[in-house]
Amino acid sequence: MSEQNNSETKKGSTMATEAKDESKLIVSVSPHLRSEETTSRIMWSVNAALLPATVMSVYFFGPRAAIVIAVTIISAIFSEYLYTKALKKKITINDGSAFLTGLLLGLNLPASVPLYIPVVGSVVAVALTKQLFGGLGFNIFNPALVGRAFLLLSFPKLMTIWSAPTAAFIAMDAKTTATPLGILKEEGMQKLLEVFGNKLNLYIDLLFGNRAGSLGETSAFALLIGAAFLLYRGYITWQIPVSFLGTAAIIAWVFGGSGTLFAGDPILHLLSGGIILGAFFMATDYVTCPSIKMGQIIFGVGCGFLTMLIRLKGGYPEGVMFAILIMNCFTPLIDRGFKSKTFGAVKVKEVKQ
Amino acid sequence: MPLTFKGGVHPPDKKELAKGRAIKVALAPKQVVIPLSQHIGAPCKPAVEIGQQVKKGEVVGNPQGFVSAPVHASVSGKVVSIGDFPLATGKMTLSVVIENDFQEEWTLLKDHPDYISLPPEQLKEMVKDAGLVGMGGAAFPTHVKLSPPKEKPIDVLVINGAECEPYLTADYRLMIERPLDIIEGTKILMKILGVKKAFIGIEDNKPDAIEILKKAASGIAEITVCGLEVKYPQGAEKMLIKAAVNREVPPRALPMDVGVVVQNIGTTIAAFEAARYGKPLIERVVTVSGESINEPANLMVKIGTLVSELIKECGGFKTEAAKVISGGPMMGFAMYDLNVPVTKGTSGILALPEEGLVHVDEFNPCIRCGRCIEACAMGLMPSMLSVLSERGFYEEAKEYGLFDCFECGSCTYVCPSKRPIVQFVRLAKSMVKP
Repeated sequence: MSEQNNSETKKGSTMATEAKDESKLIVSVSPHLRSEETTSRIMWSVNAALLPATVMSVYFFGPRAAIVIAVTIISAIFSEYLYTKALKKKITINDGSAFLTGLLLGLNLPASVPLYIPVVGSVVAVALTKQLFGGLGFNIFNPALVGRAFLLLSFPKLMTIWSAPTAAFIAMDAKTTATPLGILKEEGMQKLLEVFGNKLNLYIDLLFGNRAGSLGETSAFALLIGAAFLLYRGYITWQIPVSFLGTAAIIAWVFGGSGTLFAGDPILHLLSGGIILGAFFMATDYVTCPSIKMGQIIFGVGCGFLTMLIRLKGGYPEGVMFAILIMNCFTPLIDRGFKSKTFGAVKVKEVKQ
Repeated sequence: MPLTFKGGVHPPDKKELAKGRAIKVALAPKQVVIPLSQHIGAPCKPAVEIGQQVKKGEVVGNPQGFVSAPVHASVSGKVVSIGDFPLATGKMTLSVVIENDFQEEWTLLKDHPDYISLPPEQLKEMVKDAGLVGMGGAAFPTHVKLSPPKEKPIDVLVINGAECEPYLTADYRLMIERPLDIIEGTKILMKILGVKKAFIGIEDNKPDAIEILKKAASGIAEITVCGLEVKYPQGAEKMLIKAAVNREVPPRALPMDVGVVVQNIGTTIAAFEAARYGKPLIERVVTVSGESINEPANLMVKIGTLVSELIKECGGFKTEAAKVISGGPMMGFAMYDLNVPVTKGTSGILALPEEGLVHVDEFNPCIRCGRCIEACAMGLMPSMLSVLSERGFYEEAKEYGLFDCFECGSCTYVCPSKRPIVQFVRLAKSMVKP
């Protein structure tokens, strides 16, 4: 009985504090439950997914690779910090987005670039491409790709000196060589097979990254591990990568051969250059790709087509970067054209007919 | 293949807090505040005067117009005040305050042991007089739903036992404890509508309820109990109809346009009680739950009982409750004052701690990730709606199906930028005409 009394008085006292607390009740709009997913968790997960490719780039291109990537990331974060600070906006460097832009840009550079190159690229990517348009969510173009395009056009020489892989580990003066796509473009398939020995060797080296190229793009295998993680977690969906790579493969097969149709090598085209990095990590950027699945497929097909157009007919050996940037322009248009299907909407049409 | 719809989300269901608590009659309140507008439609006009003695079940508010429902005294006693009192939403509403004399003296109720042989029109009249409204939350007058126009023939009745809102277990307890009443209520509603087929849709996370109702409905060929995929908002009318009957209600149309009427579990039992005993809707089951409640419970509460009394009966707050919600956590209202009455549409009272709450004002720009588009059960693009509304392009929002949104909150639940998308939708809706 006394116990009950005790709890009664306890209840009484909680009621008293409750009356005081009532003024502190939070009143907000529904829904009152939110998922645990946050923008920064997504960004950091994508960063984590790029870790295998980053590790492979350091393995093949040596400490220099680590330095280039680190400088790119730091200058990207610094650009974001300075810009937001100067404009008295919310400082957003913790959300992982500037880090991701820096990382992606770093992985898109050759190992041999002088260190002011990544700094310039980061400023263009973060300050001009993202922040000037209003920050995360408002940019039209993929920031890292604009950064790289700016560098390629402004410093064409420096941006196309490719160190040979593994050499960098041993000697500070890395040997330079051409990328597989460069060889293919300038000297043809025969020369490429000469360099790599035979076709199987070529595929294996392309798959694991033992070839010249931008830091992060060489190891298809490492990139696919990260891509699998993103697909598994639902951070990216299959639509863009599959339509992008599928279109590129078909065009490579049909038009990629010398002389006759249907004589091209789609595997070579999928494993070389930056197409895997582009298809899984850059074209899938939420902000700059369409948001409806059907639109994403159109977007991916466009990316694949433009990539192969540039590779086979254009002036550059590689076309992924320009392909994605061009398709970024079409994103708002595609979004207008492909809207989601409203529940029950089909039946209305039937009724009207 | 599970019966389901496209889209939807999977919030943690949290039903274990109150699921095992059998329905208990709440302590009799000293006073009840009975709002005269507890339903969608015209408010009632007071039928009593201050100082008047009323009996339990006596009409205290008469409906004005067809889309309206009478309200009844939930206790016997004296009318002490008629005036404006706040509802859980904060809206001031004309209410009748009755001081309980604890005599529990009922007004004269008409008993009908032969209810099932009564003509449909009479049954409908009984439902109307009992003041029945949808008890799932929207509180739409039941007799209106049961009176479809002639050009819209109804062939299927769906009983909504989905209870897809997290925490809530009121309908679950009713299904476990009163399956036969639900079946009888279903028969009555079928008779009123003149339909030969009824489905009772229950989410698969309540296998015992499915089992019990299947047993109760065995031998009745017209009533099918079906398990539905566990997914919010499975209990939304259009989603439920899609899952249970595989019909899609067109945008802006009503279930009756595809020949379906949906009724809630609580309403179905109330229909049985109205037909069998002539009992008006004066009490309902309310789930009192949430991490901040000491002893979660499912209480049979007299309409007009103050929320603060229910919380007291459930042992008060365990920790500081940061938010108290009337209804479910996805579509319910956060209350600013706990001295508001339980109404016919109050399905739950939830007290949530500060931890885990997302403050609405801390949101980021849309990153166009498309999660809300995947989650939208109505197939809309909530991202576009929120961005357009945020920029003041309300007219443009209409092109994106602004008025097809029923504000279930799935988009806002999944948004990684924590944008108050539903609120942007509400804002846009208030700024333009449909």
